[in-house]
Formats: sequence, C-alpha cells, structure tokens
Amino acid sequence: MAKNSILGALLRKEILMLKRNPFIPRVIVMLPIMVMLVIPLVANLDVKHVGVDVVDNDRSQLSRRIAADIDASEYLTVTGHYNTYDEALRSLERGKSDVILTIPPHYERDMESGRFPKIDLAANGVNATKGALGANYTIASVAATLRLTAAMSPGPLTSAAAEADSNPVSVMYMYNPTLNFRNFMVPALMVMLVIMICGFLPTLNLVSEKEKGTIEAMNVTPVGRMTFVMSKLIPYWVIGLLVVSIAILIGWLVYGLIPVGNVLSIYLAAVLFTLVMSGLGLIIANKSATVLQSILMMFAVIVVCQLMSGLFTPISSMPEWAQLITYAVPPRYFIEIVRAVYLKGTSVSELWMQFVILAAMGGLLCATAAATYRKRS
Amino acid sequence: MSAVVQVTGLSKSYGDVHALRDVSLSVEQGELFGLIGPDGAGKTSLYKILTTLMQPDSGKATVLGLNTVRDYRAIRSRIGYMPERFSLYQDMTVRENLEFFAALFGVTVRQNYDLIAPIFAQLERFPNRRAGALSGGMKQKLALSCALIHKPEILFLDEPTTGVDAVSRSEFWEMLNGLRRQGITMMVSTSYMDEAQLCDRIALIGNGRILRTDTPERLVAGLDEQLWNACADNMYGLLEAIRKLPHVAECYTFGATLHVVAEDGFDPEAAKRQLEAGGLKNVEIYPAQGDIEDLFIKLARNE
Repeated sequence: MAKNSILGALLRKEILMLKRNPFIPRVIVMLPIMVMLVIPLVANLDVKHVGVDVVDNDRSQLSRRIAADIDASEYLTVTGHYNTYDEALRSLERGKSDVILTIPPHYERDMESGRFPKIDLAANGVNATKGALGANYTIASVAATLRLTAAMSPGPLTSAAAEADSNPVSVMYMYNPTLNFRNFMVPALMVMLVIMICGFLPTLNLVSEKEKGTIEAMNVTPVGRMTFVMSKLIPYWVIGLLVVSIAILIGWLVYGLIPVGNVLSIYLAAVLFTLVMSGLGLIIANKSATVLQSILMMFAVIVVCQLMSGLFTPISSMPEWAQLITYAVPPRYFIEIVRAVYLKGTSVSELWMQFVILAAMGGLLCATAAATYRKRS
Repeated sequence: MSAVVQVTGLSKSYGDVHALRDVSLSVEQGELFGLIGPDGAGKTSLYKILTTLMQPDSGKATVLGLNTVRDYRAIRSRIGYMPERFSLYQDMTVRENLEFFAALFGVTVRQNYDLIAPIFAQLERFPNRRAGALSGGMKQKLALSCALIHKPEILFLDEPTTGVDAVSRSEFWEMLNGLRRQGITMMVSTSYMDEAQLCDRIALIGNGRILRTDTPERLVAGLDEQLWNACADNMYGLLEAIRKLPHVAECYTFGATLHVVAEDGFDPEAAKRQLEAGGLKNVEIYPAQGDIEDLFIKLARNE
C-alpha cells in the first residue's frame, strides 16, 4: 500500500519529467512516423530498373519482339542496342546497364526449324542481388515472349515454347506472393523502432539522473530498489506499445498491410519485448557512469540486435556459428512472431515457444536490472 | 545522553587514496556539529558512509543507534541528507519537488509544514517556478526544505554553503539555528573556517584524519601560540622577509594581513626595525587573536 503510493509518486515524476522534456516526446512520436514513411520507400530490395543491353545479331521479327517485351517489363529497361558484345560490355563496365542479352544470328530461322538456339545472357555480379534477379527477370521475359509468339502462330515455335515451359523449376513465393519487399520490411521496422526507443530511452533517463546528481538524493530515501527500477521501466513499456501502434497504423493506412493473424498477439509479443529491451537498457545504465558511455554501449548492443536477429538478413544464410548466436539475440523471437502473425496469420499457440523465450528473457533482464542497480557503493 | 552519531575507527580508501583513516567521532542529541576541513579532506566520504550510500572498509558507524551497514533501510527513513550537489529535479517546479519528496517518505507536505515554514516562506511566492530557474540561495532553501519534509531526526548537510553568496550564507546559518531550536540534530560540513564558530562542536578533518574535536571556543583557547598581525606596503616582500627573521615559526597570509606565529624571544619592535632597514615601508606588527583557521594551519603543519 505504502509501496504503491511511492511507485505512484515516482511514476508521476517520470511522466512530469517526460512532459517537460522538449525533445523526447517528439522523438517518440516522430521517429516511428519518419521511419515507417521513409525507410520502406528508400531501403527497397525489390530490384527495379534493371538495365538490359541488347546485342541483336538476328534482327528478325522475333528478336525485335523479345527486346520490346523486355523494355515493356516493369522491372527491366533496355538501355541500348549494340552491334557487338564488346560494345555492350563497355556500357556495362561504365555501369550503364546490368545485363547483356545476346541474340545469336538466324535465331528466328533456327527456332522455326526446331534447332532451339540459345540466347546468351551476361549479368553484372558487382551488385549481386541486382545482377542475379535481373538475369532471372530477363529469362522470364524472354520465355514469356516465346510462349506468346508460339500461341499466336502454331508451328515449330510451339515446341520451342514447350521447351521453355518444360523448365522443371517453378518458384512460388509463399505468404508474400509478389515478394513485395514492404511486407517484409514493415514488420522489421516495427521491431527496429521498439529496439531503439525502448533500448535507448530508459538508459539515457537513468544515466542522466546519475550525471545530474538527482540520484543521490533519491538513494537516501527509503524507496526500494525494485520500486525505483519499476518506475523507470513502466513508462517505457507504455511508450513501446504506443510506438508499435503507430507502426501498425501506418503499415495499414500507408502500405495497406494488415496482420493476417490476431493483432493482439503482436501486442502481447511487444509487451514482452519492451520488457527485454528496457531491462537490457537499464543494466547498461547501471554499469555506466556517463551518458556517453551508455550510448556507446547501447550502440554496440543495437548493432548486434539489428544485424544478428534476422531483421534485414535472413538467419538461415548466416554461417552456422552465427546462427547459434542468434538464439541469444532477443529480437530474433520478436521478429519471428511479428512476421508470422503479419504474413502467415500464425496464432499464439503455434508460437508459444517464442513467447515463452521472450518472457523468460524479459523477466531475467529486468531482475538483473534491479539487482545491478546499487544504491550503495 | 546517547550519541546520535557514533563513529569508531572508520577507514575507507579508493584504490591507493586513503579518504578516511581511523576516524572516530560522536554527535550528541540536539547538537549542531560542524565538520571543518579543506576540500579533499574526506568530508564527503564520511557523509556517504553515514547516510548509508557507501560501506566503510573497516570500522563501525551508527546513526540513531542503527548500524549504517546492517540497518541501512531503517536509517534512510529517519535521516535527512542534503548532498553537496544540488540534487533536486530541475525540470520540476518548487511545489512538485517538495510534494515528490514528501510522497517518497509517505508523508504529506501539510503534515510537517511547520518545520519548513520559516525556510520555505520565501519560496512560497513562486511555487510554480522550476527548480532549475531558482537562484543559488533559493535552490539551497528548496533543497533544505525537501531534506526536512519527512521530519528527520538528524540532518546531514554536505557543504551546504559552498558557492552561495555571503548574505545567503548567513541567512542559511540562521535557518540552521532555527532548526536547532526545534531539536533537530545536525551535522554540517564546510570548508569555510569562519562558519566553524557557528557550531556547537566541531571536528577538524584533514587528509582523512580527525585532527581535533571540541567546541570552537575551547579549540581556539587551546591555541597556545604567540600570534601577531603584520602588514606593510609591499605584502609579498613582507611575507618573504618575515619568514627569514629569527624566532618566527611560520608566516602566512590571513585575510588582508599576515599572521606571524612567533617563538619565545620574538620582539615585535626589533622585527619592525629590521624589516624597515631591509627597505619595507609602513611596517606594522600588532597582536592577533587566533581562530580556527590558525589552529587548522598549526595542526596541518604538525602533520
């Protein structure tokens, strides 16, 4: 009872200080909005505007149609027509194009006579993603052209189209059928925002009390360690949920992305995850003497959180030892939950493992934060 | 009568630095006790131990009969502490700070308002001003009010008047006297020697050791030295010249004059003649009344 009123007084103080702060409330609202509005537009891994140089040695109707269809594609642009491969290569070297498509002489004629000549493709591997995807898109475009041509003029070409279609590999992207990068990015950004806001703010708050000396008067009061730490954590849990709400809202209003599963399961995960990040932040605060020290330390933690949690790079493509480390990186579980709920509609009961791990980590970190907060030296 | 603060054989070091060496002292009920010493003497370390913020390496301290290491919880709700640094929330208003600290101790401002009324009176005019926007003297008053709001049995003040102007300083001591009349035991540290006279008893601390503990009067009376004031047109030249004279134990600047600690056989007239022969003009030497500062210098010399 007395404890509750002390916690109440401490929380009122935190809220007052937050309101009086000219900077932090703006960060809490503006950062999610800016990140959610801007980053998905610029940090786009969708490959667009792949430049294709065409070396047409055939100059037939078919070869011209292939080039025109490439140019008409949403992802591909014909950047130039060249007479020789060497000229095209120079253009590629200058960075004007990404893929060179070489159509052999007598392509159409050979095709009609059923000899299935090969079109040659060369892709720039400097930007590996763009090169590989660009080449794939080009192949798809050529195959489509051949198929269409075959459909319009039955004859020898049909077998060529059949050949193109007989490609046994057919990729279908589950849950994100168009492989839209935003569907992948928006949940990731939501996680990133919670990492930043709930990791940094409590840390800065506590360390600045140390720097300003206000903690000294506080330590001589009968306020318990647990009560004090709670007063530093609770406001950031609320803020964490606010940030998640802003992110979900923008995801819906701007990108039309609605979780397939239950939104509440995202909130449940967010509650647990804010616990994890704010606990971690307070431990760092307890161990640092100045704001600068804590910021440097927090940066290190956040870099690991962002790069080793599968946020931007898939965990499955990391080396094995790194994959093992990711099990200890808390955002990994939050990301798994958010993506599964958003894209697959997975329910809490199927993700119970991730929830349990997050809860355990959160409890452990908050307890450590309380234990490492020393009123005495 | 039982001692409110009892310290025996307290030591504390930070690495190689000995902050406190075998410190013993006691503060009696209702006393205004002064801890007098220069910066770095160990005053703040002693305060941190007494207010349960730090544990001593060895020795024992009790406050209100409670062990500072074992019973720290019980101590915290019964003492008041005003740290050297202003440690209130600068972004909160005068009233918010006061109410906040009252709430932490589970009391209301109204309950103990009588105690702080004389101190808080001036602050009442602007309850909604932010603590950070107050003048230095006002900040001190607010900090004192916040340290008193739960009606502590003993108040620890660590250099409360450092960096405060002379008028505010004397006002502050006036307030402490008022609190003493209300029966609150106080322990005040200061590096201003003139403030020593305002305490009931003082302990002189230097280099982590307690040099003397007594009432200021008795300490000054125990200053069994011949002390002379000296001045001349060229004060620095005078200081150099006097130090070379026979029968002079020590000479140091003291306010606007020099204090000369003389040994037996010192003759002020002879000294004056000798100094003027040495080219100094308007030399004056006359008896001086020693005070705590002289004692401190003497004790430091004998260290």
